[in-house]
Amino acid sequence: MSEQKKTAVHEPLFHLAKRSNISFGKAMLIRAVAILLGLLVCGLVAFLLIDKLRENPGKIGDFYYSFIKGSFTTERKLWKFLKNMAILQCISLAVTPAFRMRFWNIGAEGQTLMGVLGSITVAFYWGGRLPEWLLLILMLIAALLYGAVWAVIPALFKAKWNTNETLFTLMMNYVATYVVSYFLVIWVPSGSSTLGKLKYGKLPPLPFGDQYLLIILIVLLLTVGLFIYLKYSKQGYEITVVGESVRTAQYSGINVKKVIIRTMVVSGLLCGLTGYLIGAGLDQSVTTESVGGQGFTAIIVSWLANFNPLIMIVTAGLISFLNSGAAQISQDFNVSGALPDVIVGIILFFIIGCEFFINYQIVFRHSAKVKEVAK
Amino acid sequence: MKKKYLAVAIIALLVIVGVILAVTLGGSKEATPADKGSKVKLGVILLHDENSTYDLNFINGVNDAAAALGLSEDQVIMKRNIPESQECTDAALDLVDEGCNIIFANSFGHETYLLDAAKKCPDVQFCHATGTMAHTENVENFHNAFAAIYEGRYLAGVAAGMKLNELKEAGLLKGEKPLMGYVGAFTYAEVISGYTSFYLGAKSVCPDVEMKVQFTGSWYDYNEEKNAATALIAANCDLISQHADSMGAPSACEDANVPNVSYNGSTVESCPNTFIVASRIDWSPYFQYIVNQVAAGEKIATDWTGTIATGSVVLTEVNEKAAAAGTAAKLDEVKAALQAGTIKVFDTAADNFITVGGAKLDTYMADVDTDVNFEKDTEAVADGYFHESEYRSAPYFDVTIDGIELLNSKF
Repeated sequence: MSEQKKTAVHEPLFHLAKRSNISFGKAMLIRAVAILLGLLVCGLVAFLLIDKLRENPGKIGDFYYSFIKGSFTTERKLWKFLKNMAILQCISLAVTPAFRMRFWNIGAEGQTLMGVLGSITVAFYWGGRLPEWLLLILMLIAALLYGAVWAVIPALFKAKWNTNETLFTLMMNYVATYVVSYFLVIWVPSGSSTLGKLKYGKLPPLPFGDQYLLIILIVLLLTVGLFIYLKYSKQGYEITVVGESVRTAQYSGINVKKVIIRTMVVSGLLCGLTGYLIGAGLDQSVTTESVGGQGFTAIIVSWLANFNPLIMIVTAGLISFLNSGAAQISQDFNVSGALPDVIVGIILFFIIGCEFFINYQIVFRHSAKVKEVAK
Repeated sequence: MKKKYLAVAIIALLVIVGVILAVTLGGSKEATPADKGSKVKLGVILLHDENSTYDLNFINGVNDAAAALGLSEDQVIMKRNIPESQECTDAALDLVDEGCNIIFANSFGHETYLLDAAKKCPDVQFCHATGTMAHTENVENFHNAFAAIYEGRYLAGVAAGMKLNELKEAGLLKGEKPLMGYVGAFTYAEVISGYTSFYLGAKSVCPDVEMKVQFTGSWYDYNEEKNAATALIAANCDLISQHADSMGAPSACEDANVPNVSYNGSTVESCPNTFIVASRIDWSPYFQYIVNQVAAGEKIATDWTGTIATGSVVLTEVNEKAAAAGTAAKLDEVKAALQAGTIKVFDTAADNFITVGGAKLDTYMADVDTDVNFEKDTEAVADGYFHESEYRSAPYFDVTIDGIELLNSKF
């Protein structure tokens, strides 16, 4: 970029330059340094906030060990980590097609919650009256339908009247929460609004392996499936084109409205499916907290992975790892449940922040000169 | 392509960091579970954390019990922010892995999930606060507990009634009759029993008192609770109380300078001018009880109800700045009478006390046994009073009596 430029007299000490091309190793190094710095700052913050650490600084080792302990020290923890990762991954997959199209769908939370509600509605009314296999199929259909409908409403408004999809999908989350509250009031006449675990409609575990293995395998298949859909199918290509430029898409004869609606249906179906995995596979119940904010976390998971389903496995894993590690810290050091959020927030800040240094470089007066000489 | 390497590299980094840390720091930690059976280890599952007055009350109870019994730090594990879902089962089983032999969960919605864990681990004792299923499920190692908190509410109501009398004499009532406002969570028996006993306590000293109840539809929602309290104050309520877990209602009262009778713990630090007194369940006696039972190899009661006598139902210090003169002395007197049984909170025999549509409540079928259809199964009125918390620990009084107006009841 700056090859031609001679070092001017008034050149500042350093300036920023866009990197046109960064070597793989260097990008990795920057990310690694960022994560390590993040961990270091976490330790520092923990030291300031946790009394036990201040009194006994030697325990800082235990602090970092808790991160590992949260996910890996027992078989149960490992499976739970993989299950959490799978659910997060599944919602992240759901938001991805729309994001690649630059349709900023932040309604995955509500779409997934509607999926849970759909499956539990079926289980609540028909549980015990229908054979379990039929019940499970109907639950799946209901979950997919609820999720897709919740996603397609904002898409229709976007396609017809060009409404702002970000606000629209965000608001749909709140509506979904209240729809769930509404049904809980109807279903639980004692007034506690706590449905509790239902007796019917449980996705049976595989005859081998852990109870969560089925969920993990389903999400793995979906990941590969979505990767192929986005990368090799005609529809996937259309999504990319619409994302790059709506005008180009129109010029090349792509029906943009149709693509928007179709893609949102795909997103909604995936959210609905996640809702089914939560409703039938895990909780066998629904609360307003059934999705627990993962619909929003999924956005950052997808973005960090540059909307690539395969890399999402890593980012979803990273976030799940941080979450369970941070919760373990809260347990081991007997501190407020807010500390985990602080820790995860700090590390995410560093991970996102380091993208800046991957896209831009700091050019110092001297280093610029040295570079020229080298060339 | 670049991104793929990124993936590999991040994994590699995580693994390397993990292995290094695990080896260098964790090596010495693995040798502890040898002393598992020999001593008691208590695992506590909490719905929220210290920011919720409800959960804080449990955390204080655990800490008090641990101090009283001399439990060491590693004999108590608390898991915070555990939702009412499969997460609860996982958390309980994880506590079993950590060597806990008593596991306690504090939220109503934890029950079915904790029950699942109990069925999987018959050697571990599972205790659940506020639940209703232990006495019908017949799972040996699953237990419910609650306290006769309606007695505490009644006492708090007496303090409220005295404050209303004082306002009345000073001519400071907003309307003609003394009017209380109550912020409730759901139209659930625990809440209804709570506000009714509070109202009856007030009525016992201030016979013409009336009460309006506003529900929030959430156990914990600062804004909703604050809004509800503000609305009640605007509707001319002279005093506010609440059954909801945030600081929403107390802080609304402090802002508007309206007296507040609190719950779960003292709010005097944030509300020095308006806080009168609070009733709360002290969970410490129950924690001590279960730890002692397990240490002695004895059974834990299937359904345990704490009382004033067990030290489970307590009042905080009366804030003399806001309370009517002589409140503390009067509360001691009523408390003694409740303990002696000369006062019954749900006294259905007394004239002009508990009436529904103007008639006395002579008979009432309560839903005591949990079933899918919520059938009313047990006659609760006998010997001139409603037998609250006697047939099971969790409250089941859910009658709307005269003098109490529900502003919204769709929760």
